[in-house]
Amino acid sequence: MENYYLFKIILVVALFVVSLVVAMYSTFAERKISALMQDRLGPNRAGPFGLLQPLADGIKMFMKEEIIPNVSNKTLFILGPCLAMTTALMAGVLIPWGGKVEFMGKPYDLQVTDLNIGVLYIFGVTSLGVYGIMIGGWASNNKYSLMGAIRASAQMISYEIAMGLAIIALIMSTGTMSLGEIAAQQDAGLANIVYQPLGFLIFLICAFAELNRAPFDMPESESELIGGYHTEYSSMKLGLFLFAEYINMFISSAVIVTFYFGGYNFPFQNEINEALGLSTNMATALGTLVMFGKIFFFIFFFMWIRWTLPRFRYDQLMRLGWKSLIPLAILNILITGVVMWMNGKLN
Amino acid sequence: METPISYVPILIQLAVALGFVVTTIIATHFLGPKRKTKKKLDPFECGIESSGNARVPYSVRYFLTAILFVLFDVEVIFMYPWAVNFKALGLTGLLEMFLFIGLLLLGFFYVIKKGALKWEDNN
Amino acid sequence: MTQYVFYFLSFLAILSALMVVFSKNPIHSVLYLVLTFFAIAGHYVLLNAQFLAVVHIVVYAGAIMVLFLYVLMLLNLNVDAEPVKKNWVKFAGVLSGGLLMLTLVATFHKAETMPLIQDNPEIGVTANLGKILFNEFALPFEISSVLLLSAMIGAIMLSKKDTKK
Repeated sequence: MENYYLFKIILVVALFVVSLVVAMYSTFAERKISALMQDRLGPNRAGPFGLLQPLADGIKMFMKEEIIPNVSNKTLFILGPCLAMTTALMAGVLIPWGGKVEFMGKPYDLQVTDLNIGVLYIFGVTSLGVYGIMIGGWASNNKYSLMGAIRASAQMISYEIAMGLAIIALIMSTGTMSLGEIAAQQDAGLANIVYQPLGFLIFLICAFAELNRAPFDMPESESELIGGYHTEYSSMKLGLFLFAEYINMFISSAVIVTFYFGGYNFPFQNEINEALGLSTNMATALGTLVMFGKIFFFIFFFMWIRWTLPRFRYDQLMRLGWKSLIPLAILNILITGVVMWMNGKLN
Repeated sequence: METPISYVPILIQLAVALGFVVTTIIATHFLGPKRKTKKKLDPFECGIESSGNARVPYSVRYFLTAILFVLFDVEVIFMYPWAVNFKALGLTGLLEMFLFIGLLLLGFFYVIKKGALKWEDNN
Repeated sequence: MTQYVFYFLSFLAILSALMVVFSKNPIHSVLYLVLTFFAIAGHYVLLNAQFLAVVHIVVYAGAIMVLFLYVLMLLNLNVDAEPVKKNWVKFAGVLSGGLLMLTLVATFHKAETMPLIQDNPEIGVTANLGKILFNEFALPFEISSVLLLSAMIGAIMLSKKDTKK
């Protein structure tokens, strides 16, 4: 039992460090990719190819003056970014990062914990993500911040419904809410994307909206709201908000990969592992590597879209969320139900 | 198999997350310089002097969106236990859910018909 | 071990519930209420009612409290804007609260405590809950959907009246 907790603590700390590093380098990647797309160089002074840029940014954030506007609610102003960061860090707990790992002679899952309500947990943490933004924006007592906070929260709650409905269709075909099992099921057969193409599309669009990323970034549009809910923030409190966003992007990509793209599984994995004669741990490591490859593709995809598409108008965004995605998601449930019934999958 | 023990790692994660956040907030408080002036602490308004309070009442539409969100959220939550048992419940379950979704859609179309989700015009 | 967790959660729930009442700032009250909900969700987990726990978080903390925050922000709330209540309102509040307290105390004073025996400790797990909900309680389930429908219509009616003015 002690080994079990030791393993879990190591895993939690590892996950935490990996999340932070991925988030840091996502900021770097974002700048490099935008540079690539706009035919610029991007950051290239700090270290070789500018690789130390995220570190420099981090140190700068810590050393900046901390400003709390005199009309703001001080406690809530500090609480806002704390909530945003905490909810962002809590979401990754249920992601299965790989298969079995042998640790001190016993096999464990490479997953912090597996709950049979896993999918709902993810849904819950997403819905709590609104708080950091709302509290932060309201406490600032700045017009732009309040506008940004209200826009962001209305957008996030609107797309949550379509997201929940998209996941229901997925659960209908998997029959479980445990993320570990969802990933394991895609081991032998095809990835869920084959059964749920429409569901995946809806989920992906909702992920963009939940992350407040372009083309759904009205809440923080620089040209209009000067950063939105974090206009008044400086130093590491701003850093926490930005970091939370990139961690959310990382976790969302991981969730998409787990739900629809087989997680740590890859085609012909058993054959390949056998041919290479890999031990359990090495095979898991290979799976994890593949998973991170998929995750990085989605992070890249998020950035690709951001630097390609223009921003939606707010009424367009609301219309898409309520009048297109929700009916589509319900249609997807009905189609899934009827198709599974016709294929004799029901009792 | 499923016992409250599975939730202990979540508490560990929470401890790590809170630890990091608190440390960061404290560290940044002590590391940065402190040269505060009255103007610096004013809320930002594009360089002009800020006027009035930011907390003004805003469109009732946001409020309505939040109410509808609560209602739809409850409906969505109701579908989860069904989706997990979808294969076991069989055709009866499917029809039960179709009825439920039918009522949901009835409300949804009413909401759209009444223009509650209309954001285009200004009134 | 479970006992200590129980005591801690109960303490947290009661403390934050009291803070809901005693906070001057309504936004703080909302946040304390969210904390209370988390403590109660913790109790559900201890009872192995996992679905209930997570639904409690999603619906109450994730949806209803967000609505509360919206209302508070919609009310144009400032520190000094809270109106001073009239004395008879205060008196009515104390009286009704006292009556509720009296009823509760009288009820629980007479109540017999019985050790809880669960037929099936796994009943709170989603899959089992779903089986019961969609077999034995199918009718209440459908009726709840009618209830939600009427709530939806009510919300539209109320807000439409406002926009016409």
